[in-house]
This record gives sequence, C-alpha cells and structure tokens, in this order.
Amino acid sequence: MSGNSEPRKYKNPVLNWIEFRLPIISYFEKEYGDYPMPKNCNYFWSFGALATITLVTMIVSGIFLAMNYTPHTEMAFDSVERIMRDVNYGWLLRYIHSNGAAFFFIIVYIHIVRGMYYGSYKYPRELNWILGVFIYLLMMATSFLGYTLPWGQMSYWGATVITNLFSAIPFIGEGLKTWLLGDYTVGNATLNRFFALHYVLPFVIFGIVGLHVAAVHVHGSNNPAGIDIRSKNDTVNFFPYMLIKDTIAVCVFGVLISAVIFFGPNLMAEVDNYIPADPLVTPAHIVPNWYLAPFYAILRAVPDKLGGVALMFGAIAILFVLPWLDTSKVRSCNFRPMYKWFMMLFFVNFFVLGYVGMLPAEGLYLLIARVGLVYYFGFFLIITPFIGWIEKPKTLPASISDVYLGGGKESPLPASQKEIH
Amino acid sequence: MAENSNNKRRDFLQLSTVTIGAVGTAAFIWPFLKSMNPAEDTIALGTTEVDVSQIEEGQSITVKWRGKPVFIRKRTKDEIDEAKTVNMSDLKDPEEDVDRVKKDEWLVLVGVCTHLGCVPLGQKLTDSKGEYNGWYCPCHGSHYDTSGRIRKGPAPENLAVPPYSFLNDTTIKIG
Repeated sequence: MSGNSEPRKYKNPVLNWIEFRLPIISYFEKEYGDYPMPKNCNYFWSFGALATITLVTMIVSGIFLAMNYTPHTEMAFDSVERIMRDVNYGWLLRYIHSNGAAFFFIIVYIHIVRGMYYGSYKYPRELNWILGVFIYLLMMATSFLGYTLPWGQMSYWGATVITNLFSAIPFIGEGLKTWLLGDYTVGNATLNRFFALHYVLPFVIFGIVGLHVAAVHVHGSNNPAGIDIRSKNDTVNFFPYMLIKDTIAVCVFGVLISAVIFFGPNLMAEVDNYIPADPLVTPAHIVPNWYLAPFYAILRAVPDKLGGVALMFGAIAILFVLPWLDTSKVRSCNFRPMYKWFMMLFFVNFFVLGYVGMLPAEGLYLLIARVGLVYYFGFFLIITPFIGWIEKPKTLPASISDVYLGGGKESPLPASQKEIH
Repeated sequence: MAENSNNKRRDFLQLSTVTIGAVGTAAFIWPFLKSMNPAEDTIALGTTEVDVSQIEEGQSITVKWRGKPVFIRKRTKDEIDEAKTVNMSDLKDPEEDVDRVKKDEWLVLVGVCTHLGCVPLGQKLTDSKGEYNGWYCPCHGSHYDTSGRIRKGPAPENLAVPPYSFLNDTTIKIG
C-alpha cells in the first residue's frame, strides 16, 4: 500500500495522490490562495484578471467560429455570412469574438495605463513589463490577422497596406513582402497562412501570459503607493478578498460587453467590411481598427515611406526600454508632482493620435498627428529621463498600512526605495 | 602538456558539435521558410491580352494581370505634351516619358500605388485625377502625373510599367 507512506496534506485522498506526484495543488494554493496582495490595491488591479478571462473567451469563441469558417478567397466572405445567418447562435459567437477583440484592447490599455502611472514597470518588475509589451505586440499581430479573415473590403485593403509596410525596408523589403504574402498580391495563399497564424498566436499569447503572471508573483504585485510590502499587515490574501473584488469587476465588465454585443454589435465595426473584397477597387478611406489607430496616425504623419514605417515600429519598440528611460526611483505618480501631469498628457495624447488616425491625413488632422508624434517620442526620450533628475517627489508613506493612518507626512524614510526590500 | 592537448581536443569537439548542430538546424528550417514563398503555379507568369480598339482618346480601362490592376490609358495630345515637358529636377523619381511608353498615346501602368499598395483613383471620368491630371491615391494622398510619375505625397516611386508588347495596332499583350 504505497499510499501509507505518502504525506497526507489534504482531506481528499485524490488531491494527496496528485500532490505527491505533481505538486500542482500546493502551487495553485500558494499562487492563487495565500498569495499576498497589497491591501491598498484599487480596481485598476482587476484588469489583469479581466484580460486573462477575455483571452480565454476569445480562444473559445474563436475555436467554435473556426468550425464553420472557410479560409479561401472564394468562400471566406460567404462562410462568415453563413455563420451570421444560418449557423445556430453563429451571430452570437461572431459578435462575442469581434467585440471581444475590441474590449480586450480596452482592458489591456487600462492595464498598461495602470502599470505606467503607478510605475509597475520599475525594479524589480522590468522583465514583467517586457513580457507584457510582447503580449501587446502579439495581440496587435493577432487582431490584424483576424481582421483579414472575413475577406471584406477593409480586410483586403488593411492586409495590403500593412504587408506593404515591409516593402519599405531597403534591399530585402520586396522579397520579404512576397515571402509574407506567398503571392505578388494579397491572395489565397495569404488568407490561408493568416488563418493558420491567427489560430496559433493566441496560444502563444496564453503561454506568455503564464510567464507574465508567474513573474509578477515572484516579487508580488505593485500597489497605488508604489512601495514594497514590509509585513503581513500590508497585505490581504488573494482568496477570498481579491477573488471577490475581481469577481465584481468581471460582473461589471460582463454587463458592459453584453450591452455592446446585444445592442450595438457593429458600433466598433467598419461598414465597408460588409462589402466583399475587391482587388481592383480601394475604399475611399482605409480605416484601421481604433485600437491600432494611434500607430497608424504616426505612420501617416511622416511624409516619407521608410521614415513613417520606422517611427511606427519605433513607437512600439520604445515601450520595451521604458524601465531604463525612467530615472526616478519613486514608482507611483501619486508621489511625483511633475511627472504625474506629463503622464496624464501622454494618455490624452495617445487617445488624440488614435482619433486622428481614423480621419483622413490632411490639413488640421495631419498637423495634430505631427504634434502628437513629437509628444509621444518626447515623453519617452526627453521628459521621462529628465524629470527623474529635477523632480522632488513627495514623501512616501513608511508602509502600506501607513497609507491608512495618514502616513507619508511625518515619515522619516527618504524617497529612495533602495533600502526597502 | 597532456592536460593542454586534452583541452584543445575538448574545444574542437565542442565547436564541431555546435557547428554541425547549427548547420543541421538551418538546413532543416530552410524548406519550411521556402514553402512560404510563392508556389510554382503562382510564379508561372500569366499573360493577359487586351483589345484596346474600343478605347477613345482620354479614356482609361483597368484589366487584371497577376492579380493586380493594370491601367491602360489612351492619352490626349495635351496629356502627352504635359508628360513630355516636365522639368526632370521637379521629379522625385526622375524618368523621361519616352522611357515609360512604347507608343506616345498608350500609357500602360501597374495600378498599384508604390506607397502602401492601394489602387489610385483617376480611371473613371468622374474620379479625382489629383493635382497633376494623372492619378490620385486616396489612402495617403499621393499624386501621379500623366506619365504615372510620382509628383507629390508619400509614395517613393513612379507607378510601375509592366512588361508588355503590341501584338498589332489594337491588341496589347501584358506579361
């Protein structure tokens, strides 16, 4: 009887049997049960959980859509219409998937704003931030690939414009573009491979999300005060406190996304995509999805093909090095009287870039896009490093518990975070 | 001494193992990468024969060649003059009009904007032809002249001229 000598940690013998062979039960207990969360975390800290749930929803709805979708230029558009009209609840699956993509980006943008404002990207969570930027990059690629699949006018021309970006690269550009397309224009080979990649990338994202979560659990979550956990008094256990809090967030989110899915399913869709793809006619305005529009605005703001492409990719790449551009040791913008306002302006600027990215690139819109472009890069390359040197941060509270005792005012600790660890 | 020669032996073994591994991996990956390039049937150069006898002066037609639109315009006297009298220093991608046509009145172009691949407007009589009376790309605002040369906007190059020949006075073979 082998069981006799095995440790009996749990009442349930099945759990003990599994735990002895694969300590997965205690792992989940540690990471999702006893995991200490700073007790001052606000609802901004629910967006990681929301994003995970949305990712799973996207994967599940996507798999079921794929069961009825045909990745062929002659049949793709009709198969999507068949999903909408004939497949049982096909309309619901598709509206969940298309609006889910938009909401996924809303959630992730809020999640990124949280990380930037409260300085979650700083020591010791830099790698966590880098993994997050990877996820964001993969999300953009996946959504672009997925947008091609319905094979409407916007699908076709969006794919044409984006793949042509690669032809701007000197010498290898044209060859690279042809290699990506598998044809001289966006064609059946392109649709086939885009479908294959759109199917597989979410699972890659899922894997990186696993690393992203594991990495944040190493040093624990950041919090609105941006100071480290110093004692058990500073935290509450994930279960049940944060689980309940996240559940409320999920409920509110469910109400919002349902309202859109059922009452405005095409609010965020482009009408031109209900016209089948026509390689001979370009729509008057090629509009990107709103969540990619800020980068599209940057692309168009530059009057040079290679320059525009370089700055557009640069705008994403610069996010990777943010932890090293920021010279301040104070994490949370709540204690950074100057940077706080530049940070808020950065968010507004990003929103404005997205807005003009969906309008024609001419006149005033073009001017706004150019100003926005300058601020975008100026924020990272000039403001972020220099403010760290000249700004005098407010006094940080001695501990997270102190936040609730009106702490921070008489704290003897200097602003430096170095000795807290 | 024995120690030293043993180390060299180790280094050699390690280096050759890594090299063979790397070459093997690269050789293994190559077919996968290569499979993404256009297949043989896609490469097989399609040719399109077009009857242009019905096109009036000043009119354009669009035909499909290799999945791309090809513009064929029968230029008017004014358009030809305009294309021929341009100062080369005004051009972003300088090219003489004579180098872009086989017969002065017939202009044959690949109708794909060299910026990001949209199809420029200017084929229909009601279309905007841009500031240089040729074509105008609505996507990002590139203007082409009556020889299909880029004059204004983000596109880096002139509209491409596909390989073509006149089979007789009224038939053009593209490709």
